[in-house]
Amino acid sequence: MSVKFDASNIGPYGDTLNDGRIQVSFAMPVPCDERGKEAAKQLLKQMGLDEIEICGMRNLTEGFTHFIAYVTTHATIDLNKIEVKVVETPSMDMDEIDDYITQNIGRPLVVIGACIESDAHTVGIDAIMNMKGYNHHFGLERYRNFRAINMGAQVSCEDLLKKAREENADAILVSQVVTQKNIHIQNLTKLIELAEAEGLRDKILFICGGPRLSHELAIELGYDAGFGTGTYANDVGSFVAVTIAERKVGK
Amino acid sequence: MLKLAIDPKKIEKARNYAHSIASSGKWLFDRYSSVAIERTVVRLMGIDGANEEGEPYPNMIVDHLKQRNALERGVAYWIANAMIAYGITSQEVADKVVDGSLTLTEVKAQEPDTVLLVLADLTSKMLRHIKSQRSYREEAFKRFGPRRKPAIYVIVATGNIYEDVVQAKAAAREGADIIAVIRSTAQSLLDYVPYGATTEGFGGTFATQENFRIMRKALDEVSEDLGRYISLTNYASGLCMPEIAVMGAIERLDVMLNDAMYGILFRDINPKRTLLDQYFSRMINAYAGIEIQTGEDNYLTTSDAIEKAYTVTASQLINEQFALMSGIKPEKMGLGHAFEINPDIENCFLYELAHAMLTKTIFPEAPVKYMPPTKFASGNIFKTYLMNGMFNFIGQLTGQGVQLLGMLTEAVHTPHLVDRSLAIENANYVFGSIHDLANEINLDENGFINQRANHVLDEATSFLEKVADMGLFEAMAHGEFADIKRTENGGKGLDGVFLKSPDYVNPFMDRLRQELNLS
Repeated sequence: MSVKFDASNIGPYGDTLNDGRIQVSFAMPVPCDERGKEAAKQLLKQMGLDEIEICGMRNLTEGFTHFIAYVTTHATIDLNKIEVKVVETPSMDMDEIDDYITQNIGRPLVVIGACIESDAHTVGIDAIMNMKGYNHHFGLERYRNFRAINMGAQVSCEDLLKKAREENADAILVSQVVTQKNIHIQNLTKLIELAEAEGLRDKILFICGGPRLSHELAIELGYDAGFGTGTYANDVGSFVAVTIAERKVGK
Repeated sequence: MLKLAIDPKKIEKARNYAHSIASSGKWLFDRYSSVAIERTVVRLMGIDGANEEGEPYPNMIVDHLKQRNALERGVAYWIANAMIAYGITSQEVADKVVDGSLTLTEVKAQEPDTVLLVLADLTSKMLRHIKSQRSYREEAFKRFGPRRKPAIYVIVATGNIYEDVVQAKAAAREGADIIAVIRSTAQSLLDYVPYGATTEGFGGTFATQENFRIMRKALDEVSEDLGRYISLTNYASGLCMPEIAVMGAIERLDVMLNDAMYGILFRDINPKRTLLDQYFSRMINAYAGIEIQTGEDNYLTTSDAIEKAYTVTASQLINEQFALMSGIKPEKMGLGHAFEINPDIENCFLYELAHAMLTKTIFPEAPVKYMPPTKFASGNIFKTYLMNGMFNFIGQLTGQGVQLLGMLTEAVHTPHLVDRSLAIENANYVFGSIHDLANEINLDENGFINQRANHVLDEATSFLEKVADMGLFEAMAHGEFADIKRTENGGKGLDGVFLKSPDYVNPFMDRLRQELNLS
């Protein structure tokens, strides 16, 4: 039986259109036996899933069991109704960005980066800021028209804003990698509130990034943009350059 | 037999430069002390506790003396002097200082000989306890057999020590040999050690003596059950290195992250403070038989793993020399190393193999701590799982001492129970399937792997030569390490470093120097 593709009615694809097959993997504090397996099945059933096939069951000891399952969902979505907030500026490469800044802004832009508050994981901010960059995308330090200052890990919001004021920053890049108990939300909120209190919010672009951040969440938190996994320096650089150039024209 | 063709003279040359770099720091150890070292002495004297605001007694006593410009003589003298004057215990002295009924500097000076006798007594008492913990561990390994190689090292990081216990026990039952309890974010920058059990930490639990005790007890139980001694590790890094080392020695931690330069470079802690603190903390670890581990993986997560491979080798050699100065034996030096090369690079596995073998060749006795891919772990858990398999392949093939298992959910969340279990299954499968492969392989002497390893060693040697010429402090100030500039008088914690007065006493350091045969 073949189903015709219909953008208003799309479900998961296993090996046939809309067969609804998905893989699920989870642990439960139940014994690794038939009873435990039945508990896992019933849980999946309660989630509205069908054709439940527990294909893997592993004893995790201490009373826990790992289940791996293939199941069918009947849920579908209408692709035409999906709207997401994404960074809309075009992504240029390093030379294009440098030229763009020369032509449209006429001076180098100052960008300050940091992992704020308790966060000690600099992988993300280093990938965007450091000369070397990441995966063959040079970091902002390498750009002719960016003065990139990487403050590193565990920088307090106060120190970051102080530096931004001293350096007359055009943009602040904040990386948040640790997200346990939503600490990243707390940290990001604190920074933006302080910036508002100090009257800096509208003078500087505030951009955040990290594996659990999206543009949508960033906007919700009061930032100008948010970048998730897979972002390179030129994505961020393009956004900063284009947004500042447009604001300049706007003014 | 899998082996590199490296001229031992080349290794010796690099090691000699590292030796000259580390020994140039000796003036610091001879003339200075730090607030962290003094707080450690307070703990070694048997004092523990915190006030209602959570301020630890060791901090309060050290601050009490600092405010009275009396710290230069060392905290040990003042406490012993008060013990004799009032005929009370060290803990009672602490209680009185804390409640404000005793000012140490106002106590009448007692006979110097009596003071020294009391200190000798306290020193012997504490060192006896630490030695008994060491003997317990050694006995357990005798009883159950030695740790396997590579040992399986996993982390627990729920933020609740009691939840950590459940996960640690499960991990041990599935095959983990070493459990690391991740510290709460940013503890490295606290200039005190929090007190009591943690139930709500961020990204981990605090390194506290109570948390150490809770986890060690749980692991002792599970060790007996399994007939395998499960080691416990934590982090003696940051502004409280020697205090955490001594807490670990008292509660029988078995492994301790304890790098000589990590805090300087990656946490911006003052260079003098860090070097002083690592010196004493490593002496304690040496005496307690605790295996130290170093953090060279950090050089590769912040820079390119091929281009900067030599910085790992250089740092390992410097770490080794500082460890020797504190009496750590080569078989207790878990020097760090990591599998962090971009997986898209052709022959990345050959590079990793060359680097891993180089470490093993330079440090044949060290239980090298091999760190998993993190930088290129993308959230694609399937790909990450495969990368972890390749990483485990090299760990077994090159006989690394400790394999810090990669999690398929690296870059997603702190490990779930299932993630850890899958990591252990992955390691057990790979370790078992290629168990004796290394005996069957010979490398082309002029092939890529040999050339690469020699090249990295050459780069490390010229780098060490340059640092030896400049001096360690100068080199750090110039940003020679990890492109990070750290000046001798910059960074956090410098105000906790002080010049010792001629009548300074630290009976524990003196005794440890004797026991460890240090100059």
